[in-house]
Amino acid sequence: MAGSPYARGARDAAFAAFVAFVIALPMVGMRTVDRNLRLTLDFRLVEVASIVVLVFAGRFAMRLVGEGLARLVLPAAIAVVVGGWFADFATQTLKVVAVGGGLVVAATAILAIVKGARSARPVAPSAGPGLAARFAAGFQRSTVLVGIVGVAFAFALPLLPFADRRVLDVATTLLTYIMLGWGLNIVVGLAGLLDLGYVAFYAVGAYAFALLAMSLGLGFWEALPLAAVAGAVSGILLGFPVLRLRGDYFAIVTLGFGEIIRVILLTWVPVTGGPSGIGNIPRPDFFGMAEFVRRPVEGQVAFHQMFGLEFDVLHRLIFLYYLILVLALVVNVVTLRLRKLPLGRAWEALREDDIACTSLGIDRTNVKLAAFAIAATFGAIAGSFFATRQGFISPESFSFIESAIILAIVVLGGMGSQTGVVVATLVVIGLPEVFRDLAEYRMIAFGLGMVLIMLWRPSGLLAHREPTVRLHPAGGPPAETPAAGTAR
Amino acid sequence: MSGGARTPLLTVEHLSMRFGGLVAVDDVGFTAYDREITAVIGPNGAGKTTLFNCLTGFYKPTAGRLALARGGGTFLLERMPAHLIARRAGVARTFQNIRLFAGMSVLENLIVAQHNRLQAASGWSIKGMFGLPSYRAAEREALEKAKAWLERIRLTRRADEPAGDLPYGDQRRLEIARAMCTDPVLLCLDEPAAGLNPRESSELAELLQDIRDSARIGVLLIEHDMSVVMRISDHVVVLDYGRKIADGPPDAVRDDPAVIKAYLGEDDEDELPPEVAADLGVGTAEGRP
Repeated sequence: MAGSPYARGARDAAFAAFVAFVIALPMVGMRTVDRNLRLTLDFRLVEVASIVVLVFAGRFAMRLVGEGLARLVLPAAIAVVVGGWFADFATQTLKVVAVGGGLVVAATAILAIVKGARSARPVAPSAGPGLAARFAAGFQRSTVLVGIVGVAFAFALPLLPFADRRVLDVATTLLTYIMLGWGLNIVVGLAGLLDLGYVAFYAVGAYAFALLAMSLGLGFWEALPLAAVAGAVSGILLGFPVLRLRGDYFAIVTLGFGEIIRVILLTWVPVTGGPSGIGNIPRPDFFGMAEFVRRPVEGQVAFHQMFGLEFDVLHRLIFLYYLILVLALVVNVVTLRLRKLPLGRAWEALREDDIACTSLGIDRTNVKLAAFAIAATFGAIAGSFFATRQGFISPESFSFIESAIILAIVVLGGMGSQTGVVVATLVVIGLPEVFRDLAEYRMIAFGLGMVLIMLWRPSGLLAHREPTVRLHPAGGPPAETPAAGTAR
Repeated sequence: MSGGARTPLLTVEHLSMRFGGLVAVDDVGFTAYDREITAVIGPNGAGKTTLFNCLTGFYKPTAGRLALARGGGTFLLERMPAHLIARRAGVARTFQNIRLFAGMSVLENLIVAQHNRLQAASGWSIKGMFGLPSYRAAEREALEKAKAWLERIRLTRRADEPAGDLPYGDQRRLEIARAMCTDPVLLCLDEPAAGLNPRESSELAELLQDIRDSARIGVLLIEHDMSVVMRISDHVVVLDYGRKIADGPPDAVRDDPAVIKAYLGEDDEDELPPEVAADLGVGTAEGRP
């Protein structure tokens, strides 16, 4: 294309701004308002104009960076960030877009400058993996250390001064999703089966737990293993017909199965209570020895009496927190161990090439079924925990979006990476909590985050895979014939 | 040739495979002997790979019998599912387009190949979960076997790298080693020398002879590289349009007119319609097929 970089950039940016205008006008510019029982339209042209300006500026800046004018763009971008921080915008969202967009542009400009400086040097270092990839690989290599620190922090959390009710609540939710992510990781990350209906097993666990506890009067510690068994059985029952399918077909059938379970829960009113769900699910007790209540009924012991403490609602929350922490860690240890066993290796081999697996005498159905049953068991345990924590369950909690979120956690984390699941949960569940102040726009911020992750780390945050068994020590090159190691 | 009495290992009788109207393999029968390399050759589309797929259970043959002798018993391969053919009957194979577990390390590829024995030793993962000594011993043994094969295919140094990162020739050798780690009695190789340079195919030929002589198993080989076929085969079967057109020792097959015709086409004169040929006075020496 002809013209100076500015003219080209301006033309491109004008087009982007036009697209933004077309999209923003109906989506942001018009808003239906209920006035005197009639719907009328409100126009918000200031917002539309701001969006168009912001898109134009952002696109223009990105183009200039691409044309090699990063040094010029950087101060402008920083100015926008600082200015945006203090300036008043029509809505809070525009402020986020301005500041965030400015940050992205600034980051791109810095990257471009650094890259330019590096390639200008006479001996350019080999391209190699990008900064993010190297960071992720290093992070994973030190995974033992990170793991120990993380677990220690998790155990210490309730004792820390800032651990109030809300922090504990969020932490417990995060751990529930981490556990679900670890469970689904077996099916999706290791065995490579795209399961879009994982929430079905979560629901089976929750309802099995609730029904066992309510109708048979079983306590938490009796109902939990039975609910886990129910999960495993449902996994095997679903697995038999479904596991013959491959790829997309498999995904669609699991999606359907997830919905079938939800519809059954919704319509089988005599057993599941239908849309009104099941309430008054028993809370967990302290290993059958004490209850978390202020005034225990006759014959019961209360937790605070047992330990001679003042009654505090937090006791139960802390107990729940530790409960899910231990359950999740058990799931993690079992999965890590399985990965190094023949079964786990067969899962990964199946993900890589199932025809080759057959040619090596591996029974695909059995291996897949094992993955399905184990993941379903973990899902059901998480479901039981959910039921006892909430004290109330209804089909609404087990909609498709839950499956999608858990899947997003696994995929974002980097398929098969256990640490990746933790990081991704912090992003996927944590970010919307952090952005709670943005109210209805927080999902936009969330979506933006997702897009950025997929741009920078398309195979997940921590996609580096460590072999399950090594011949040579990790990191260092093989001891013998290091000279030949350069022949690559 | 491996003197002494030849023991039949695989007997193929009247094998046919149809896909709708297309007859890919048509009434083929031959015998592959233990401790011999049997080469299956033929022009493109002759039905060689289809034959392999029937043999290893990936296709169910339309008709015919595939009998494999192992340990005094006979396995009828046409009745067995693919994974049992590999596991019970001991037929291992490689693929024309390499099928390694690309994301897993070289060493892991060789360990996955020993899945069934390890899985049994791990007591469906329960013994393995607690690392019981019986499982650990089995795992050590599997590792030793993998190491021995890595030495043999000279990949020890790259054992921990993803298999997909290896150069092409190394991938070919690794796939053969992986197949061998299943302890087969019959190794089926689908064009192992495809895409190799002359030095690499010469090394491959040595490896295959070594496997035949030291592992004392039968090898069934599909190959286009005639230098490899003629050098190492004990026995050659030639297919063309799904039919067997020749069967015998390499030297005999090389001089077989039917084989030459299949590969090089018929003489130019034969392409002429008979009446034209008669007019020109160039009669067809051999009878038309």
